[in-house]
Amino acid sequence: MTDASITDASLTGPARGAASPHDPELRDFFALLKPKVMSLVVFCALVGLVAAPVAVNPFIAFVAILCIAVGGGASGALNMWWDADIDAVMKRTRNRPIPSGRVTPEAALALGLALSGFAVILLGLAAGPVPAALLAFTIFFYVVVYTMWLKRSTPQNIVIGGLSGALPPLIGWSVATGGIAIEPVLMVLLVFMWTPPHFWALALFVRSDYGDAGVPMLTEVRGRRATRNQIAIYAVLLVPVALGLAVSSVGGPIFLAVAAYVNWQFLSACLAVWRRNEAQAEADGYAAEKRAFKVSLSYTFLQFAALLAEALLQPFGYGGWDWVLRLAGAA
Amino acid sequence: MALQVEHELHGRRRGLNRGLGLILIGLVALVFVLTIVKILSLGDIAELESFDHVARPQIIPEQEGQPW
Repeated sequence: MTDASITDASLTGPARGAASPHDPELRDFFALLKPKVMSLVVFCALVGLVAAPVAVNPFIAFVAILCIAVGGGASGALNMWWDADIDAVMKRTRNRPIPSGRVTPEAALALGLALSGFAVILLGLAAGPVPAALLAFTIFFYVVVYTMWLKRSTPQNIVIGGLSGALPPLIGWSVATGGIAIEPVLMVLLVFMWTPPHFWALALFVRSDYGDAGVPMLTEVRGRRATRNQIAIYAVLLVPVALGLAVSSVGGPIFLAVAAYVNWQFLSACLAVWRRNEAQAEADGYAAEKRAFKVSLSYTFLQFAALLAEALLQPFGYGGWDWVLRLAGAA
Repeated sequence: MALQVEHELHGRRRGLNRGLGLILIGLVALVFVLTIVKILSLGDIAELESFDHVARPQIIPEQEGQPW
């Protein structure tokens, strides 16, 4: 038997050599890492790192951000591995790599575990044990606490599970300082408390099929009135968090101006949602709910961009409150 | 004898294998540059010599009363 005949048999036979219509490509594995979510994680972690009062070697900062991104992607892959049954039922997620058959669940599990280990170990080597431990905790919280436990058992799933999505600024800060402080905790709180009203505003006007998939959503379990109340509560609670950040060492006049504007916009949009009932919402095609969701999209981005601006202006003497106090003292 | 038969399956897997190869080369480069950066950031050469956890009396600063 020649090599050629072996190859021919392997290619034409029905067994493992046969060309599957869904043989995985590199982009299928990349899709498992949830690249859109990864970009948000990278931005928040970068702001936490740059806003910290300690300068970091640019290459170590790059490696740290890469590890945080890969760790976030790994938890996305593990989430898709565990939730493949839910994803197959829902329209929005039906074409993900596992339910569509492009990637096997075993391959997704292996990728998620390998990348998690890689990200945590390399972050530990590059930046120290505190950021590595925080990244490991973030992955654990997202995969085990949120995906495996809370998501299918409580309508408060996105509230508690949102913590894992909120932690990247704290990891970024700890890369620079080796520890944690009140400023990054406030950044975490800002993202953590923004997540529920952001998702619930969407849930009010988009008919999701979470219920068909067995995932409890607040709109269905507790009702739409209760959801409106919760949106208003979180929007109110976000204001002192943003003000706290404004007067902290990472805040400044730019952040205060941006935070005042976006919080006013978000609060008024959420209170408009709260004041309405279902009949009023249906009458105008959920206009207020759509506006609240639209405002929520830029809420965290603009405030984190303002924090970044404060940090980048610091070397020129215009970041934070110091230059304002100097001006006030001179006047 | 080299395999001569080309199949569409090979083309698709080649893309995956090349991508994986580039990622692995990138990982090696990343760890190498990280090592260089870490070493260059050391303030004292004695810290570098301590990296292998072997006691070397010659790199310990001399103190009064000690024979070395």
